[in-house]
Amino acid sequence: MTRRVWGFVLAGLLVSVLLAAFVSPFASQAPEVLEKLAKDHRFAEKGEGHAAWQHPLMPDYKVPGVRSESVGTALAGIAGTLLVFGVAFGAARLISRKRPAVPEGQQRL
Amino acid sequence: MHIPDAYLSAPVFAAGYVVSGAVCAVAVARANRNLGEREVPLLGMTAAFIFAVQTLNFPVVGGTSGHFLGSTFAAVLLGPLNACLVMAVVLLIQCLGFGDGGLTALGANLFNMGIVGALGGWLLFRALRAVLPKSRWGFLASAGAASWVAMVVASAICAGELAASGPPFQLRVALPAMAGVHALIGIGEAVITVAALSSVLAVRPDLVAAWDRTPKLEEARP
Repeated sequence: MTRRVWGFVLAGLLVSVLLAAFVSPFASQAPEVLEKLAKDHRFAEKGEGHAAWQHPLMPDYKVPGVRSESVGTALAGIAGTLLVFGVAFGAARLISRKRPAVPEGQQRL
Repeated sequence: MHIPDAYLSAPVFAAGYVVSGAVCAVAVARANRNLGEREVPLLGMTAAFIFAVQTLNFPVVGGTSGHFLGSTFAAVLLGPLNACLVMAVVLLIQCLGFGDGGLTALGANLFNMGIVGALGGWLLFRALRAVLPKSRWGFLASAGAASWVAMVVASAICAGELAASGPPFQLRVALPAMAGVHALIGIGEAVITVAALSSVLAVRPDLVAAWDRTPKLEEARP
């Protein structure tokens, strides 16, 4: 028997959004090993100017134009988490071919 | 471990796209047949969770930081091929939405941070599962250990890709630096993997794909 899955999914999504909103502003700002390695090799500058994709919505995980850095980070975290949920859910739905055996409304997941 | 543009040579990033593209094609074909109404929202939730936790960099050694990958966690929760799809979405949004990881390096990044942990980590998880006790503890220990190994292997492969792309990166510098620090970051990876899986097992063990094939000890008790 299939038990309801949406309650669990929404709870998991809520936990994720809360982590992105309230914990990510306190995340370490130190560079990652790869960044540090590139800096040590004086290679970082080369990477910076050569991004193939020049239009990220929220560079460095911050909403542009928000004065407070923490608020900008929190908002970018929330937006990103919801965006990833939407895209992954949408893609999975498109890929999945299976439809409910009974018409919608009669089956609760 | 997100490789920016211009770090990898064309043959290396092209190879990354070929391998990751092939794995994604198989994963899509498989999901097309097997993904049910129940798994679809779970995939979305897992991707969102991994994205959120990946933003939480924690300090490691020598003024560096690191973060969770989540690919082995996703493989244990959803199955290895579904995990590849989840990681593909996370990395695509990080690249296009947040400028994290280069677009040319997306295939290589998906291989390192997604496929290594999803397929390799899952195989190791299954192997450990066969030798460790068939308990919840054994299940979680297998997942945690597999996620640690997957992260270290992923960082070593990343170092190999940089070295194969030529100067200035050299394997003798990049490999110990990447693998050494990721051996520590991997502890965080294992802790989060175990914590997240034990939370799901506590409330909805029926949603953990890899748990189905293990004997339900709880049900055997009166």
